[in-house]
Amino acid sequence: MTDTSAASKPSGPLRDVWVQFRSHKGAMFGLITLSILIVAVMIGPYLWVPEKLSVAQAIKLKNQGPSFRFPLGTDQLGRDMLARMLLAGRISLAVGLVAMGIAIVFGTLIGVLAGYFRRLDGPLMRLTDMFLALPLIPLLLVMVMLFRDRIAGIIGPELGAFTLIVFAIGITSWMATARIVRGEVLTLKEREYVLAARSIGARPNRIILRHILPNVISPVMVAATLGVAEAIITESVLSFLGLGFPPDFPTWGRLLYDGLQYMQVYPERVVWPGLAISLTVLSVNYIGDGLRDALDPRIRGR
Amino acid sequence: MPDGAVPVLDVRGLKTVFRTRGGEVHAVNSVSFHLQPGELLGVVGESGSGKSVTMMSLIGLLPSPPAEVRAGEVLLDGRDLLKIGADELRDVRGAKIGFVFQDPMTSLNPVFTVGSQIMEPLTRHMGLTKAQARDRAAELLALVGIPDAKKRLKDYPHQFSGGMRQRVMIAIALACDPEVLIADEPTTALDVTIQAQIIELVKDLRQKLGMAIVWITHDLGVIAGIADRVMVMYGGQVVEQGPVRQLFSDPRHPYTRALLKTIPSLHGERAARLQAIEGQPPILNAAPVACPFRARCAHAHDRCQTENPQRRAVDGLAVGQGHDVACHWSPGGAA
Repeated sequence: MTDTSAASKPSGPLRDVWVQFRSHKGAMFGLITLSILIVAVMIGPYLWVPEKLSVAQAIKLKNQGPSFRFPLGTDQLGRDMLARMLLAGRISLAVGLVAMGIAIVFGTLIGVLAGYFRRLDGPLMRLTDMFLALPLIPLLLVMVMLFRDRIAGIIGPELGAFTLIVFAIGITSWMATARIVRGEVLTLKEREYVLAARSIGARPNRIILRHILPNVISPVMVAATLGVAEAIITESVLSFLGLGFPPDFPTWGRLLYDGLQYMQVYPERVVWPGLAISLTVLSVNYIGDGLRDALDPRIRGR
Repeated sequence: MPDGAVPVLDVRGLKTVFRTRGGEVHAVNSVSFHLQPGELLGVVGESGSGKSVTMMSLIGLLPSPPAEVRAGEVLLDGRDLLKIGADELRDVRGAKIGFVFQDPMTSLNPVFTVGSQIMEPLTRHMGLTKAQARDRAAELLALVGIPDAKKRLKDYPHQFSGGMRQRVMIAIALACDPEVLIADEPTTALDVTIQAQIIELVKDLRQKLGMAIVWITHDLGVIAGIADRVMVMYGGQVVEQGPVRQLFSDPRHPYTRALLKTIPSLHGERAARLQAIEGQPPILNAAPVACPFRARCAHAHDRCQTENPQRRAVDGLAVGQGHDVACHWSPGGAA
């Protein structure tokens, strides 16, 4: 029977999504690039262990160009750039993705609540306005100043800094998503299929989850992918101001700022972390693009 | 019409008001009607006459605020739908009363398969498992005349034409064997041949399933073909109501007469220019104190300016049972 085979294969829609996703060249490029980046920063630091050099030895090897010993050269203190890049990627990617996740979840939640429930619209949107009006950098500075030591005391300085930064970035970057989602929900809830869903007795939570959320995916995707880039950059700004991770702790943003001072003489110092950030952002963008297409059945049919 | 039978749906004195910034809009004013089991009631009237708002008020589909049902009773199986809680009302919607909307192009969620949308009320109201619901959904799709139903369950709305989507909407509305099906201009957005198919389908389904139907339209031709009884609405009120033959052969209200004159005839010479009803429908910003049709009525006199006419029987039966009209001028009957 044809329908039993269909019933026993519940992954049908997911397979369709995957097939469509695979046909999107940009998305596949993004997926592969991002996978390589993630794998590289996950296992790279174990494979490429920098030589243990004394400070005196290291200083002599400062500002070297690429060689077999130092594939990406060394920095102004004679530290291996490749090793630093790999280690830095861990933090930057994690900060970018997690902060984006927080921003999306929080922004979508606020946006849907404000758009769907009239009563909540005013208060939630004024809250959003308030967050938008807050000067971001001073706010982050205050948050970090107030809480860094306290959190570090509880879960250790590295994890503490990570948690705090991810939280700080996430909590200050959800507003755009919230606004976009609210606007989208306002138009979607007037659609006839929402009325039709109400007419068959669907409850509000089901209407939101089934009829509204799947239809706001595309704008959220766009906001989210742009958010990754912003999160990575914000982290580097914080680190630059000395409020992010400790200075000896590499992140791509930090490497970028360190390299900035030597850009005229050693431009590659800026190019490598810049390239890594750009590649991450670009691949996340393409993945988002591909996902959006793949999740829309109207495009998938073609 | 089966006289004295217990109606499935009995609406009495329904009043719906929209609170807007410019004041209140009295969209539905003391509308009463009832629906016998298996009966098809046609509701006609021009845009803004309160047809859709009346029907949506019945099951609380209007957004509130701004809409507010002020007064009235909506009795379904002896229960007043206006008095029960939101949760209970949700249990009625889809299970006892099915709704079909005007525009099939936007009434289906584009991101889910047609099958999963038909299954939604089944799992919601009848507690079926997914497999059971899928079988029933295939049955329903076949019932509304979609060939190869089992396969098409897995298709998305955009893979269906307008007429097919309206069939799907009807399948969803019928999923739980409702006692009442409310069809809000279900054929307006479709072209004429598809329109005819949908009308045939509904006639057919009514015979098979025996539910009562409320059919909202402004197409009198459609009504003449399928309805048992007709209710003419104007300005948020019922102005005339009666069995379809009687109403078409002996219209009493000037508005009904005017409406009937706006239908082009296919037979014989073109005797005269098609008549339009001059003027605009009334602005309903206050509770009515006069006849809503007075400004456009050729027969309006002093009484029409000061007193809103009540419905009175034309043929001796009780109001709502036989033919009745709300007009001071209307000839015949007991005034």
